[in-house]
Amino acid sequence: MKKNLKNKILLIVAVLLVFTYGIIGIPSGVSGKALLDAISSRIHLGLDLQGGAHLILQVEVKEAINADTDNVAARVQQDLKGANLAFSQVIKPQPLTRDSAGKYGGKPELIEIDGVSPASNSAVRSLLDSKYANEYDISGGSDTPFTLTMKPLVERALEEKTVEQAIETINDRVNSLGVSEPKVAPYSLGANQILVELPGISDLERVKTIINSTARLEIHAVVGTPYQDEATATAALGGTVPPDVMLAHFSGLGAAGSNDSVYALKRVAVVAGSDFRSADPGTDSNTGQRTVRFTLTNEAGERFYDYTSKNVNTSMAILMGGRVREVANIESAIHDSGEIRGTFSQEEVQDLSKLLRTGALPASLDYLEDRTVGASLGADSINAGVKAAVIGVLVVMAFMLFYYRGSGINADLALFLNLIILLGFMGFSKATLTLPGIAGVILTIGMGVDSNVLIFERIREEIRAGKAAAAAVDQGFAHAWVTIVDTHVTTIVSAAILFLFGSGPVKGFAVTLTFGLAANLFTAVYVSRVIFDAHLNKLKSGEMVSI
Amino acid sequence: MEFFRSVSIDWLGKKWYFLGFSLIFSVAGLISMGLHWSQIGSPVPLGVDFRGGTEVQVQFKHTPDVAAIRAATIAAGIKDASVVIYDVPSTNQVLISLPEQQNESSLDAGRQQIVDALNAHYEEPAVRNVQVVGPTVGRQLEVQALKATLLSMAGMLVYLWFRFQLIYGVAAVVACFHDTLITVGAFALTGQEISLTVIAAILTLVGYSMNDTIVVFDRIRENLHLSRKETLPDVVNRSINQTLSRTVLTSGLTFLTVLSLYVFGGQVLKGFSFALVIGILIGTYSSIAVAAPMLVAWQQWREGKGGVASLPAAKRPKV
Repeated sequence: MKKNLKNKILLIVAVLLVFTYGIIGIPSGVSGKALLDAISSRIHLGLDLQGGAHLILQVEVKEAINADTDNVAARVQQDLKGANLAFSQVIKPQPLTRDSAGKYGGKPELIEIDGVSPASNSAVRSLLDSKYANEYDISGGSDTPFTLTMKPLVERALEEKTVEQAIETINDRVNSLGVSEPKVAPYSLGANQILVELPGISDLERVKTIINSTARLEIHAVVGTPYQDEATATAALGGTVPPDVMLAHFSGLGAAGSNDSVYALKRVAVVAGSDFRSADPGTDSNTGQRTVRFTLTNEAGERFYDYTSKNVNTSMAILMGGRVREVANIESAIHDSGEIRGTFSQEEVQDLSKLLRTGALPASLDYLEDRTVGASLGADSINAGVKAAVIGVLVVMAFMLFYYRGSGINADLALFLNLIILLGFMGFSKATLTLPGIAGVILTIGMGVDSNVLIFERIREEIRAGKAAAAAVDQGFAHAWVTIVDTHVTTIVSAAILFLFGSGPVKGFAVTLTFGLAANLFTAVYVSRVIFDAHLNKLKSGEMVSI
Repeated sequence: MEFFRSVSIDWLGKKWYFLGFSLIFSVAGLISMGLHWSQIGSPVPLGVDFRGGTEVQVQFKHTPDVAAIRAATIAAGIKDASVVIYDVPSTNQVLISLPEQQNESSLDAGRQQIVDALNAHYEEPAVRNVQVVGPTVGRQLEVQALKATLLSMAGMLVYLWFRFQLIYGVAAVVACFHDTLITVGAFALTGQEISLTVIAAILTLVGYSMNDTIVVFDRIRENLHLSRKETLPDVVNRSINQTLSRTVLTSGLTFLTVLSLYVFGGQVLKGFSFALVIGILIGTYSSIAVAAPMLVAWQQWREGKGGVASLPAAKRPKV
């Protein structure tokens, strides 16, 4: 009985063509170099193979919460004033602090309203209820001060938004580095962490300056005059720094220089990071000094106008990365554009305007982990990995031919096709090939061989039991199939779990292993069967298969 | 050509030897882990990705003088840095590592200090690989790796429960656990570091060992279905013998590929391929010597208790 295999063979050839296209696309030529270029443009190498930087950043979301409650505190103050309700102050009882080891303290989610007279208690309460109850839990009021506590859900949402914003900002910034295919994504392992992968970049310092220049540009009102150091400032403020005031060091480049001075600033910024719409480097036409011209968003522009018109002849400080960069006197009301005139170097001016354009980071970032793999190490690894894989495959193929004779060709073809499908998959899916990924390929080869061995051993058993060629092949495949499904599904289950819960190298490994196993079900069973059937068709009656 | 035509080895008769063998290696591994625990606070030496700390791999133009580099780092104010030759000496590479720091900001300082010190003393040191891992990330990874391993075992248990019977799943998972224990023990005994890629290898060996076990179990299931007169030990023995040829061939071939990885894969893959080399040997052994005897032991225990003496046969799915 001859089987018609035409359709099956067509299917196999089609699959072969499709996945070959997946690997090389349509190459520009047939020379070795053109092919290599075509492959490298489709199969993406991981950082460990092509070199690059890998960073894990912690977004300090508490800072964003602190900044948010700062703003709300200012709004509450305005609202109460607007409603003519008497109070002594709106403060944050325990604002955010950070010690030298980088640990955060305080309760940035709290706002307190002090000195509300008992008579206006209910009016204050209803004002707060109507405007702030959605986002804050409001407590106190009779004998104790009113306290607004940010709701945990709102806090969580704000944290998420902060991380999202940070990702966007970092993305913009690394794009300005000209990195091809950078990856900036939430890092699933820890809360509020970001993974940054920059292929081909090995100068970590440059990356860090660009990413992390917190260039959180802010404009604050100055309280009093500059002081020599923090102690003098604290003393001048009456022994303790009031909750609505903060101290900041001056660090104008090349300015008074070694003379460190300390400014007391209003804690709430007049204009903060996300209020800037654009910024451009420029020079002052009179003095020739380098400047940064900025434009504010409409809403911030109005706020800024409002503030500057009411505070003519007071000072405001421009704060960058927590340090005072310039202190300017307000000569007249400013609308939505201005100029920062500090003493900048050329690079600083350019960096600053670039950073302002790409938006400010909503909170500062800490580095939890960074790795850089030099390009030469990457090249060495890929050579070693490929060499090991090729040697492994060749040894296995030679052995199959030797041990199973005619059927060994069958197994080797299936193995070869398996590799093509696996690599083609990677080309189509844009999955990244990493070093553990190469190891995954090698293991796929192992599983592929296993399937063939299972089938062949079974066929041999059936032949020993006295079956004719066609029946033996049929039974061999049928019995081995159950085992093959069980082994593959179990391994795919564990690879899937690795993919879901693993990260980095583990993930790359899981991806290649899963693809490889799926391909193997097709090649070791389907393709191998078709080749057998084609062979059987040619056998004369009573002849045995070569196995 | 065939290696095993018809073998009839009484595997189950050797179960006490197997038990002894497994115990010796498990206990040796456990003792070694205990020793490590008392010295470094973790059962096996951990790679920088778990432990946290700083590692800088540098390649020099000429043979590096480890003592001189150490002196240079100390002169730069870096205390307790370890400097060792990396890979084979002819590649002129050293690995400089700093222990874990208390907080993330001092980590980065350490890396910069090392690079500065080298740049000051040497002509063109090529920094090939830098890893700076803070205490937070290392801890997260540890938790994640453990979670992934346990979950993947649980996933396989459920699948086997569904396809065979619970006892098959339990026996297979116990065998995998046995393999993992002995492989990790091998790392403890040889003092090699466990890194994230080694975890990937251990997870692979779990898959492999499972694969091997399932092949034997599949045959047991089939044979139980075919002949109901044979005793379970006989069926198990026969099944192991029938699949022996396949077991040896597959393991042998996989072992060859993994061995080629170990020999030619370079320093980066050393730990990974070492785990697989050990894992494949032990995974093959455990399917025959741990998983299958467990099935028999379970059934004999059930009979002893006067429970249902039925064989743990599951219906073989329709072919």
